[in-house]
Amino acid sequence: MSTVASLTRATLAKDLRLEWRSKDAINSMLFFSLLVVVIFSFSFDPTAEESRQIAGGLVWVAFLFAAVVALNQTWAREMRNQVLDAYRVSPAPPNALFLAKVIGNFIFVTVLQALMTPLFIVFYNLRALGPAYQLPIVAALGTWALVVNGTFFAAMSLRTRSREIMLPLLLFPISIPALLAMVEATGAILTGEFSARFWIVLLAAYDVVFTIASLFLFAFVLQAE
Amino acid sequence: MKRAFPILAVLTGVLLSYALHQALVTAPTEQTMGDVQRIFYYHVPSAWTAFILFFVNFFASIAYLIWRANKADIVALVTAEVGVVFCTVVLVTGPIWARPVWGIWWTWDLRLTLTLVLWLIYVSYLVLRRFSSSGQTPLLAAVLAVFGALDVPLVYFSIWFFRTQHPQPVIGGGGSLDPRMLHALLINWLAFSCFAALVCWSRYRLEVLRRDVDETLALEALLEPRSSQTGISPTGRAG
Repeated sequence: MSTVASLTRATLAKDLRLEWRSKDAINSMLFFSLLVVVIFSFSFDPTAEESRQIAGGLVWVAFLFAAVVALNQTWAREMRNQVLDAYRVSPAPPNALFLAKVIGNFIFVTVLQALMTPLFIVFYNLRALGPAYQLPIVAALGTWALVVNGTFFAAMSLRTRSREIMLPLLLFPISIPALLAMVEATGAILTGEFSARFWIVLLAAYDVVFTIASLFLFAFVLQAE
Repeated sequence: MKRAFPILAVLTGVLLSYALHQALVTAPTEQTMGDVQRIFYYHVPSAWTAFILFFVNFFASIAYLIWRANKADIVALVTAEVGVVFCTVVLVTGPIWARPVWGIWWTWDLRLTLTLVLWLIYVSYLVLRRFSSSGQTPLLAAVLAVFGALDVPLVYFSIWFFRTQHPQPVIGGGGSLDPRMLHALLINWLAFSCFAALVCWSRYRLEVLRRDVDETLALEALLEPRSSQTGISPTGRAG
């Protein structure tokens, strides 16, 4: 167990350091979601009341697309100099690598959300009419749902042709219940019209199911030759 | 085994024509909906057949993950392909019925959305099979099939939270159905299942042959001396 924890920590520290120095993922995600925000506000031109209704969808679509940008870069780094092959022949448990990647992506997307939220509030004139303390819970659960599956499918699409296209094609259909839950929960909290509790429970269930499934199946994907 | 194939083919043909007669002529016309209700005999059996095929796909994928048997992989591929076709039939016939009866083509109701999401998942499954480089395809596809199956209950609960507009299931839903209608429905289901089995079977044989050919070609390429490859091949620029 301790080997898993220490390996995870080592890989995570390496990824964070790389990201801190290059800022590749965060910059491209930031600019991308900024573009999405601007284009959406052009195409809808919403009033404050309307924007509260649609903001849940807008926010999560922007984050979803931005997360795909980051997820596509996750494993590309390990392909250079055959790092992934080296990892495969080493006795290190595959799940340590997977967990490190998931946590790393989770941190990247969370940082993105922290930076983008003020922009959304400014552009769409948002104010939560429901219990606002639930928003960070929804954000954390939703982000985990996106990155745990996204990291897994990014590893899968490494083994395919045109891998950049493959990731959203695999990720979006499977993520539909999670996306629905995020969007509905955010909408519920912003409008304050109904409770978001069911959606939060659903998101938590989604996270648990797919985290366990990914941990079970990641070894297969990593060893696929 | 090979002799069973034409028998199944004949049986399917007979059943399909009998079922067609049952659905269009024998079954009584529905009181309020009229003749458009007859699409029910195609819509519902296609849905059941598609779900059965996806079920088989799931178990074949699990079997592949455990035993790494090529046959299991071919079964998974075949059932996914045919299942997507039947699921498409469901998604196309549904709106044709819904437009005159509900007044709308589509609604985000529980069963409709579930079927659509299932269709999307299996299309992405087929896309993955298409795009992945050959050696790893079965493994990746099996993993994705497991993910898709895990997703279904979550999709179900997430959409269940919206109110559902779809008519309650006729079988086991407490609805009353004219016995002649039920008969036509079940005959159609049987016919469609036989048809699905027939298509799956021939697709299975085709896939086995295709893999044999690929293997033989790869082997030949290995065995052939290098010099003959540089010469003019019979299929190449001869003449």
